[in-house]
Amino acid sequence: MGIISRGFSGRHGATDLKLPPGQHLTTDFPVLSAGPTPHVSLDRWEFRIDDGTDVLRRWDWKSFRELPTENITIDLHCVTRWSKLGTSWEGVSLDTMLADVKTDASYALVRSYGDYTTNLPLNDLMNKQAWIAFQFDGKDLAPEHGGPARFLVPHLYLWKSAKWVRGITLMHHDRPGFWESLGYHNCGDPWREQRYSGDE
Amino acid sequence: MWRVGTVVALHDETATARTITLKVSDWTGHLAGQHVDVRLTASDGYSAVRSYSIASAPNSETRIELTVERLRDGEVSPYLTQELAVGDRLELRGPIGGWFVWRTQQTEPIQLVAGGSGIVPLMAMIRSRVSACSAASFRLLYSVREPGAVLYRDELEALSDHDHSVSVTYAYTRVAPKDWPRPPGRIDAALIANTTWPSNLAPTCYVCGPTSFVETATGLLSASGNSSDKIRTERFGPTGDRQ
Repeated sequence: MGIISRGFSGRHGATDLKLPPGQHLTTDFPVLSAGPTPHVSLDRWEFRIDDGTDVLRRWDWKSFRELPTENITIDLHCVTRWSKLGTSWEGVSLDTMLADVKTDASYALVRSYGDYTTNLPLNDLMNKQAWIAFQFDGKDLAPEHGGPARFLVPHLYLWKSAKWVRGITLMHHDRPGFWESLGYHNCGDPWREQRYSGDE
Repeated sequence: MWRVGTVVALHDETATARTITLKVSDWTGHLAGQHVDVRLTASDGYSAVRSYSIASAPNSETRIELTVERLRDGEVSPYLTQELAVGDRLELRGPIGGWFVWRTQQTEPIQLVAGGSGIVPLMAMIRSRVSACSAASFRLLYSVREPGAVLYRDELEALSDHDHSVSVTYAYTRVAPKDWPRPPGRIDAALIANTTWPSNLAPTCYVCGPTSFVETATGLLSASGNSSDKIRTERFGPTGDRQ
């Protein structure tokens, strides 16, 4: 236990038991982005999977929306310590998008409109762990929350769920993304409280 | 990993905002714009953590200042602004963040845009510019609810009146001072055009405030020709993150 803060009692709640360490509940949906919100029109939207040299798969909005979709209900955990439970989304599983991709790569760098990037082990994007979502709460995803389409990787802190996604580069060697280069943890598991570089 | 800071001074900036000066003996320095996580722990072991921007300039001392705005229904900010006393010890982590920062080596024009308590990390940049004797030209557009809610007013006025090191424009959203030239209202394209750096000077823009303010301000800055890679943002929501 840390230093006792004289006179502090705080808010205790039974629901806190479901939260990763150091998180608190919110019912709002705060926004955290490093720069302006990109506004991406659907007719120029595309999503590519490449290996750093060649484009392996490519979708425009129409072909992306023809992929089978899933409705998912997930908890969000932001590194700025808010958590939002039971959020409802519709999106395409990364299992679907990676199904025909033959690769021996182990890592992925997710790229966004606005030049945001984030890195993950490829394993974290497979086996029902990651989606590209285009609806939130039954409505088209608003630009400030990542619309037209964003990643959802709910088992990691929310900065790994890149907004405004436009592609994935598959890599043999890990390469830090935007926040991972600026003092945040490379992995970002909220249950292990991997917030900042230097956390175990 | 968690450091201990001892409260050495408290100063009320407004009716709802307080500056806390902490002595942190193992502080290793920070950059203007960075924040810390502050942890409060109750006697039963329950703890709550929130992020607060550092208001003071980087310096060689082991003191930092945080300015905390009290949020209605807040869990941590009421304690920090009302209960905390000189001599108390606080746990903190940081400094954190390597993006929303101004470094003294930067020489380009700087446009700061603050909404409410979003002024805090921008004030660290202004103070850093002063303490480093930087020649970078700063402009600040400070949108605030009413005159009584302005943080650091005397210091900002001294800097803009006597030193000309930073030119400050206030924009009042609810109540403006008597005879103020602009009626109360949100920032708009005319205000951006008249008071911020022309985009052809390629200023770096730092925008901090509530989400809706940041969305509006960055939209206006982009529309007036600033490229999005020159606009850095820090948003905070009603949950009290990143004050």
